[in-house]
Amino acid sequence: MRPIYLIPLALFLFFAGLAGYQLTQPKLQNIPSQMIEQPLPEFTLQPAFEGLPGASRSDFVGGQPRLLNIWASWCLPCIAEAPHLERLEEAGVEIIGVSIRDRPEAVASFLNQHGNPYTRIGADDISALMLDIGASGVPETYVIDAEGNIRYQHIGDIRTDTVPLLLEILEEVR
Amino acid sequence: MMRLLFALLALFIGPTLTMQQTFAQQAMPPAPYAYVQLEDPALEAEAAELMGTLRCLKCQSQSINDSDAPMAGDMRHQVRTRILAGESPEQIRSWLVERYGDYVSYEPEVSSTTWPLFAIPLLLLAVVGLVLMRRLGKRRSDAEEVN
Repeated sequence: MRPIYLIPLALFLFFAGLAGYQLTQPKLQNIPSQMIEQPLPEFTLQPAFEGLPGASRSDFVGGQPRLLNIWASWCLPCIAEAPHLERLEEAGVEIIGVSIRDRPEAVASFLNQHGNPYTRIGADDISALMLDIGASGVPETYVIDAEGNIRYQHIGDIRTDTVPLLLEILEEVR
Repeated sequence: MMRLLFALLALFIGPTLTMQQTFAQQAMPPAPYAYVQLEDPALEAEAAELMGTLRCLKCQSQSINDSDAPMAGDMRHQVRTRILAGESPEQIRSWLVERYGDYVSYEPEVSSTTWPLFAIPLLLLAVVGLVLMRRLGKRRSDAEEVN
């Protein structure tokens, strides 16, 4: 048999192997936002509950860099990240929350139970801001510099080792 | 024995936790245009066609048209309100691609990562054409020799 007839077989084996390899790879979970290094879009969100004011773009402009934390009272990883947000707050970081599809009473009882690291919480009932900044899940945390530009995105809950990383980035973008 | 107890406990608590989660999420009414069609059938058809080619970010390989995930509903709301406001489907697609990259669109654009998708079929056609030309040319010259 002429070796040229082996080419289709080799091609088939190559693609079958590629598909097999990809099946063993974990699914792409994190869809990074393309909005990093872009200005934070214009937005105004009503207060998520009675205890704190709502949030808008202008709350991010001036002074120090801040964190924008997208969360929800129905989100389980948000419970896990609550103590780490507290540590960031204790380190002097201003954290502005945006709660997704949440009821005021649920927000209040979550904060009662797990602590309140926020200075403001805006209610995003239709994921409008979430879609506008390219967030694909809850929780996500963004570093916003004092000019109101998005500088960093953390996808998923903040863990023990995320805290120093975020503090470092907040210092860098100052 | 303890292990069995834990397993049983997990069996009961697990579903209640996830149920609580889904119930809480569904307790909020969906966005106005998540499950409501636009009044103008032409605009709705435009929106539906676009929604069929936008990827749900929370699901495995579903378009936002096919998904009941709350976030897919919010994306449908965005598409419908933007269509209603006079935006073109391509404007809305690029608004999403600017935020989520190519991942969000089921209609691949030529880019540094997707060009083989477009180049390989052309390459294969060219190879087939070459082979055919050589074979047919050879047959013709063979036939001429016989004559």
